[in-house]
Amino acid sequence: MQIIISNSSKEPIYEQIINQIKSSILTGELQEGAPLPSMRKLAKDLQISVITTKRAYEELEKAGFIYSIVGKGSFVAEQNLEIIREKKLKVIEEQLTAVITNSREIGLSLDELQELLKLLYEE
Amino acid sequence: MEHVVELKNVTKNFKGFSVENMDLQVKKGFVTGFIGANGAGKSTTIKMIMNLLKPDAGEVKVFGLDFKTHEKEIKERIGFVYDSNVFYEGMNLKDIKRVVGPAYKQWDDHLFYQYVEQFELPLNKSLKKFSKGMQMKASLAVALSHRAELIIMDEPTAGLDPIFRRELLDLLQEIMIDRNRTIFFSTHITTDLERVADYIAFINKGELLFNQSMLDVADNYALVKGSVELLDRDTEKSLLHVHRASTGFEALTDNIQAVKSMFGDSVVIERASMEDIMYYMKGGMQHV
Repeated sequence: MQIIISNSSKEPIYEQIINQIKSSILTGELQEGAPLPSMRKLAKDLQISVITTKRAYEELEKAGFIYSIVGKGSFVAEQNLEIIREKKLKVIEEQLTAVITNSREIGLSLDELQELLKLLYEE
Repeated sequence: MEHVVELKNVTKNFKGFSVENMDLQVKKGFVTGFIGANGAGKSTTIKMIMNLLKPDAGEVKVFGLDFKTHEKEIKERIGFVYDSNVFYEGMNLKDIKRVVGPAYKQWDDHLFYQYVEQFELPLNKSLKKFSKGMQMKASLAVALSHRAELIIMDEPTAGLDPIFRRELLDLLQEIMIDRNRTIFFSTHITTDLERVADYIAFINKGELLFNQSMLDVADNYALVKGSVELLDRDTEKSLLHVHRASTGFEALTDNIQAVKSMFGDSVVIERASMEDIMYYMKGGMQHV
């Protein structure tokens, strides 16, 4: 598992960890049931305090991305509907970004694009 | 037991200086950084935790135990890491092992040699010829070899070069992989804290100003910058200490939300470093 922490980012470090682990789960790089490093080991590897990784794991757990078993560690949770929805949303975002790139190439304005989307959506 | 160290209403008076009614808790399994300017009372507090000084009033408990009845047991479980004068002059690490080892029930020769090797310390060289960093490591090796659960360090990184400092911080993080260990260290090098500390206890003039998790500090404290015209009796309520200059003001707040709702987008809000917090809070106290 790769996690890159930026100390100069405005985003708090625990959020950087959360987002990167989430994205590893959503892209399928981390599969259901896969073990995560212990928060103490992760803190050492990332050279940050234990309380920071603790907060990241707690929030990931709250959001249902991972679960913890006392004495055994933390694991990637079974994907629930919300996760799948987020996964889909991510795909949609990527597709829309491609659409925007294409539109810009031919000088299609946002209004024209919205008009087109509306037409297709309501069809 | 959640708190490894617990000070309740502790008071210690000296001529011209006192620690008064201090309540301090150190959480098990975490690193607590103890900060404050020189003369703020850090060493006095550490000495009371180590039972090297007796408080005039109040209660000191370590591992939930009282020094009066459990001194030996407590000392078995504490490792005091210091950079000089702890070991007898002229001794080498082999002598230390021979002399200090038997004093601890939990002492482990094998562990000792393992740390000596890991820390790259010479066994036969006299300790007085050790550099400051090496002495610190030697002292840490001794503490770890008797399986100290609470490691207390007084200014562990002061006077170390940046490479040695980093190495020591790496070591501390490795130590903390064991969830039963607790580290309490005093420092005024605030950048050390941002990397390893989970909790920050801040003492000023013998008084504990706060003891909070690093995350809470980051969530609540910030630097606020803006034009002086924005300041009046009401708006200043959300600011702890204000520094005015002809170009604008800079202030510390411990309530980011209040500042946001008070000033909106008219001010710049920046992350406050531990150094900023120390500087402003100390300055503010002096004006009172």
